[in-house]
Amino acid sequence: MEFFRIKADIPFMRHALVLNAISVALFVAAVAFLAVRGLHFSIEFTGGTVMEVAYPQAADLTKIRDTVGGLKFDEVQVQNFGTSRDVMIRLSIEKGVTSAQQSETVMAALKAVDPAVELRRVEFVGPQVGKELATDGALALLMVIIGIMIYLAFRFEWKFSVAAIIANLHDVIIILGFFAAFQWEFSLSVLAAVLAVLGYSVNESVVIFDRIRETFRNKRKMDTVQVIDHAITSTISRTMITHGSTLMMVLAMLFFGGPTLHYFALALAIGICFGIYSSVFVAAAIAMWLGVKREDLIKPVKKKEGAEAELP
Amino acid sequence: MNRYPIWKYVVIALAIAFGLIYTLPNFFGESPAVQVSSAKATVKIDTAVLGRVEQALTAAQVAHTGVQLEGTSIRVRLKDTDTQLKTKDVLARALNPDASDPVYVVALNLLSASPQWLTSLHALPMYLGLDLRGGVHFLLQVDMKAALAKRVDATVGEVRGLLREKNVRHAGIVRNGNAVEVRFREEAAAERARGLITDANADLQVVEGPAEGGERRLVVTLKPAAERTLLDNSVTQNITTLNNRINELGVSEPVIARQGADRIVVQLPGVQDTARAKDILGRTATLEARLVDLSAEGQSAITSQGPVPFGSELFRQGRGAPVVLKKEPIFTGEQLTSAAATFDENQRAAVAISLNDPAGRRLREVSRENIKKPMAVVLFERGRGEVLTVATIQSELGSRFQITGMDSPQASNDLALLLRAGALAAPMEIIEERTIGPSLGADNIRQGFNSTLYGFIAIAAFMIAYYLVVGFISTVALAVNLLLLVALLSLLQATLTLPGIAAIALTLGMAIDANVLINERIREELRNGATPQAAIATGYERAWGTILDSNITTLIAGVALLAFGSGAVRGFAVVHCLGILTSMFSAVVVSRGLVNLWYGRRKKLTSISIGQVWKPKGA
Repeated sequence: MEFFRIKADIPFMRHALVLNAISVALFVAAVAFLAVRGLHFSIEFTGGTVMEVAYPQAADLTKIRDTVGGLKFDEVQVQNFGTSRDVMIRLSIEKGVTSAQQSETVMAALKAVDPAVELRRVEFVGPQVGKELATDGALALLMVIIGIMIYLAFRFEWKFSVAAIIANLHDVIIILGFFAAFQWEFSLSVLAAVLAVLGYSVNESVVIFDRIRETFRNKRKMDTVQVIDHAITSTISRTMITHGSTLMMVLAMLFFGGPTLHYFALALAIGICFGIYSSVFVAAAIAMWLGVKREDLIKPVKKKEGAEAELP
Repeated sequence: MNRYPIWKYVVIALAIAFGLIYTLPNFFGESPAVQVSSAKATVKIDTAVLGRVEQALTAAQVAHTGVQLEGTSIRVRLKDTDTQLKTKDVLARALNPDASDPVYVVALNLLSASPQWLTSLHALPMYLGLDLRGGVHFLLQVDMKAALAKRVDATVGEVRGLLREKNVRHAGIVRNGNAVEVRFREEAAAERARGLITDANADLQVVEGPAEGGERRLVVTLKPAAERTLLDNSVTQNITTLNNRINELGVSEPVIARQGADRIVVQLPGVQDTARAKDILGRTATLEARLVDLSAEGQSAITSQGPVPFGSELFRQGRGAPVVLKKEPIFTGEQLTSAAATFDENQRAAVAISLNDPAGRRLREVSRENIKKPMAVVLFERGRGEVLTVATIQSELGSRFQITGMDSPQASNDLALLLRAGALAAPMEIIEERTIGPSLGADNIRQGFNSTLYGFIAIAAFMIAYYLVVGFISTVALAVNLLLLVALLSLLQATLTLPGIAAIALTLGMAIDANVLINERIREELRNGATPQAAIATGYERAWGTILDSNITTLIAGVALLAFGSGAVRGFAVVHCLGILTSMFSAVVVSRGLVNLWYGRRKKLTSISIGQVWKPKGA
């Protein structure tokens, strides 16, 4: 079996301009969604109480809403979680009432209506913890970006490190854009997924950059555009297979991992798809716009005078 | 050219053997056990208790598979859950004659059922997080400001008392934030006070404040080092207090640990009753020092069960009990500013206690009238008193005194801890709480395991179909990666959470990248007309640089997550980072070893089973 039977180098870079325009459009859309709708942060970031309760039969959401609503808490959200029998209740932080009292009152009220209800999970996060998590998350993102840029600049060249980071931040922003557009819950594990995608899709760019460098070295007659096209063409089959494999794993998580892993897997799946796209079309193209040259990657070997003279 | 030296094969074999041994305990499951731990601050678990447990088990003819004293608890391993319940009852009856006031906590527990030889190699099953086994998690914030404020208040009293004692005239002592300001009208008084204060307490520092209206002002503050020690001690003290209280819950493996400078994590696996847990965490205990009632009526109340005299109380629990004590306290726990283990002038273990000013004054009066008479310290919790110590007053006592005649430094340490632990050093607030029901934990394990399994099967099927024998070798390498990762997690006893399982799955999905890179390279070399042996060698060699680069970038992301992440993110990052490291080894070294073993020995290798290698016509 061989999926990719490519006769000649595919001129990826010919369409670079169009594809970059699409990227810019997607990026702008994502930023717009983030700005207008914002992320639907989980209580890990905002603080508050989340309760997960399970019923032996399909839960009657309206009744639960009425019951919990009757308790006069500021802000209550009741929704299904995973299956029709599982219900998630979110309560906002209230001054003067501890989370313990909150969750117990709610549970007592639910038990009064239907004694078969089972408490699966309670999570309470105080406001100061939420703030810290948000800061830590932003800091982690920053450190990942700086670390990767330094490494790439050291291993390749600054143009590549800039290109890779722009391309992959574009992925991250687009994932966040999806979460904002559909108002999916952005939790700590989604943050972990986003950061993992950042590392993963840089890894993709690195493979292509590696090939670009090698091609520059071996095929002296090609110009920069040809070199990039050749490098992408020769790695495309690996790109597709690797991402296909990772995607299989992520889809397995999405379908079998249950509700807790749902958004985590979703973020990864989106990230992997855009990771392929951005490495192939965005990272290399940006490197091209930045004007990579053969000399950037292959340091001209300075001939030592006299070294040759010693040879017989 | 595709031969490995023997030592490389040995390394691979050792790695796989290591993986197998340390992964093994995860398959044995858990066996039921009963755990005995102390319910009282004053009771210790030792070999004497072990003897009693063994005796009780023999008497009741309970068949067990081992009794062990581990740390602060005794564990009895049992064959099945029926005997487990029976044993719990047997031990509870034998150890706690008074069921309403248990001295020992007898709790059900699960212990790893892996054989002894594995345990002795420190091969234990993975440590599951609360989200996988169910339980309660609390993150408590210690209010450091309150702890400091309490100490500053005590300093005000201390300075005032000192100056009065030495007849130094001052124009007023006030607290200002975390500093104590003392004003003086006379120059000489200020100078004297400055010397006195620093001599009296090495923890204090005195600086000159701005003079105002002809008055000199001294600002007394805690030295930064003393402040740090104070904060440190408050957290440790709160942890000790929590430990004592949580013991009552009968949780088999509670985790009470410090997190950062001022936070405490409490994890109670298996506990579902959060209300009770929270009640226990937030409870206040009080400490009281009282005089022993030496009257004839009082003494007869102990022996002959006669009536306890009016104004006195009989205590049966604790050290030195039974004892009859006067009801009126001399001082209480709030007035105690510190208690530390020390040595007296004869180098015997002792406990140094300091009280705040009013309590010191009161103790001076009481002690003056009761020299050579005993005094007791009682800890009240849940309305029940437990005598911590009964000591004889040797001389007139002040705000600083010692309890001497302790058996050992250990005993004085314990008492100091108990005196301090009577109450929380500083108030705490629950800032994070998580309760996971046991059914949810089991679901999480099942779902995490299933998704990893199905994903692995899908990848394996694809790799074998696409790359045939080489694909099979890649799959074996991936399986070795999983083996090593699980072994490492078991060895390090890193907490495995659901995001951790997700990281295992993701790492496997990403690890196959290295093999795809290698295999594609080999195909490419073949396409360009290289001989099979040369193609393998160049394929691995060329792919290595790329694999290294791409793994390092991923690792950078992983390490950043580890450094800045918390909770779910950290659980993910630990597994992710370990997985990247094991994948580099398995994908490159192990798979190469297998390829070498399979193809490397054949001198005239004509083809590699790596699937179809398509060549463009005319190329």
